Amino acid sequence: MTDAPLLKVNAVSKFYGQRIGCKEVSFDLWPGEVLAIVGESGSGKTTLLNCISTRLLPTTGSVEYTMRDGSVRDLYHMSEAERRFLMRTDWGFVHQNPADGLRMTVSAGANVGERLMAVGNRHYGNIRATASDWLTRVEISKDRIDDAPRAFSGGMRQRLQIARNLVTGPRLVFMDEPTGGLDVSVQARLLDLVRGLVNDLGLSAIIVTHDLAVARLLSHRMMVMKDGHVIEHGLTDRVLDDPREPYTQLLVSSILQV
Amino acid sequence: MSPEVPSDQGLAAYNFAYLDEQTKRMIRRAILKAIAIPGYQVPFASREMPMPYGWGTGGVQVTASIIGPDDVLKVIDQGADDTTNAVSIRAFFQKVANVAVTTHTKEATIIQTRHRIPEQALSEGQVLVYQVPIPEPLRFLEPRETETRKMHALEEYGLMHVKLYEDIAHNGRISKTYAYPVKVAGRYVMDPSPTPKFDNPKMHMSDALQLFGAGREKRIYAIPPYTEVVSLDFEDHPFEIQRFDKPCALCGAENVYLDEVILDDKGGRMFVCSDTDHCEDRREHGHAGEMLARQEAAE
Repeated sequence: MTDAPLLKVNAVSKFYGQRIGCKEVSFDLWPGEVLAIVGESGSGKTTLLNCISTRLLPTTGSVEYTMRDGSVRDLYHMSEAERRFLMRTDWGFVHQNPADGLRMTVSAGANVGERLMAVGNRHYGNIRATASDWLTRVEISKDRIDDAPRAFSGGMRQRLQIARNLVTGPRLVFMDEPTGGLDVSVQARLLDLVRGLVNDLGLSAIIVTHDLAVARLLSHRMMVMKDGHVIEHGLTDRVLDDPREPYTQLLVSSILQV
Repeated sequence: MSPEVPSDQGLAAYNFAYLDEQTKRMIRRAILKAIAIPGYQVPFASREMPMPYGWGTGGVQVTASIIGPDDVLKVIDQGADDTTNAVSIRAFFQKVANVAVTTHTKEATIIQTRHRIPEQALSEGQVLVYQVPIPEPLRFLEPRETETRKMHALEEYGLMHVKLYEDIAHNGRISKTYAYPVKVAGRYVMDPSPTPKFDNPKMHMSDALQLFGAGREKRIYAIPPYTEVVSLDFEDHPFEIQRFDKPCALCGAENVYLDEVILDDKGGRMFVCSDTDHCEDRREHGHAGEMLARQEAAE
């Protein structure tokens, strides 16, 4: 980890009319760090994630990002062209529902290759080789490269979505409930895969989840949100083992024990 | 402004070339803008025409806006001058504009076309008007109009190659044979209307002005003369045009686009020029293909 944060979030607030989406959220994210945002449904996790990833414009606040060349840019003051370029090269966004992040009508290979073609790769052989390599890395067998994601199971779709995002070697990945809707054994495999990839590639990630187990496995730090406010913030193990806020204590004690 | 057609000439009280002058001005403004930004789809207020969508209402409106009393009009449909669409549009302009019509490519000043570019190279001063069904090359890849406009604006054309990638992955080669996407003047990706990709190279650095009108989709776009038009491809799968094994069965022409004609129900078939004017012209000049020679021998 270097001393400059990759992402600096300053007092980001989003209001939907009178209603609060998220309020006065500030944090820094360092290179190689995985941050989990947890909280119950409706607590503003996804709003916050969308604001940070510029998919949604916040009401107030700013987000600064350290570009590959070392310059620090305010995301909301970048041109749309630059922002979209950043989103498909240096960033990844893994949606809860793979259908939102994938092109369901084109083959798995084309899904993985799309970002490469978007940044100007024009050699079919190379694109296909890279796509096939990435499918292997996310444990999808190579002979499925020409199948459409429709023919894939939920877990495979989610892994395909991850491969599609990581193919350009992004430095920051946003994940919105990456394990939502998957059964437990598939969840475990996916988590194992994501943890491996994050370690190997030295990615930074912001993961939104309501599942504390996911946060425990993947993240270094976590933020607990309630009603749009960040109520607790700290190292994952500290927050989960020694929650300070009453709400966090309630959350931790609500985990089902088998 | 063109003079109103006097009603005592036996014509119905139409304005010259059917559209009223204000509509023509509006369409001409769209055309000028389209020429200024090659390949960019300019929205225009498409009018109801006395023919159904899909019959070339866009092309007809463009032609009606640029045609003058001295113009000579040629209309082709799939390369032929004698098919329904060509005949009815030609008759339409004869009736409402009283202009000279021709089937000879060389003599025409305006050529309205559906599906083909004439084999005869076009010259300076000629205008080729295309009838376009779906102007948006990204449409079947990205259904949202707001998104495709943004992609054009920001020059995000990776998706177009996703389509070509899919073709190669499933068929081993780029199997798209018509409406093959091109990049115009190094900037906008454009759908050349459903012309066969055989005709794509003819658009590159053409001497003639090329105008595209989509009536239902309300878009006009253009390629000015001497503009670079490049067909998209991959480095290891370069763009190729169709090749035919045999020359035209009637005129013996090679390197032209051929149509297959079924002759009987015993598998008999022949391949003839899709450009009927080109074929007739060659036959007049004494060229004969295999079938023509056989016919003469039988007589």
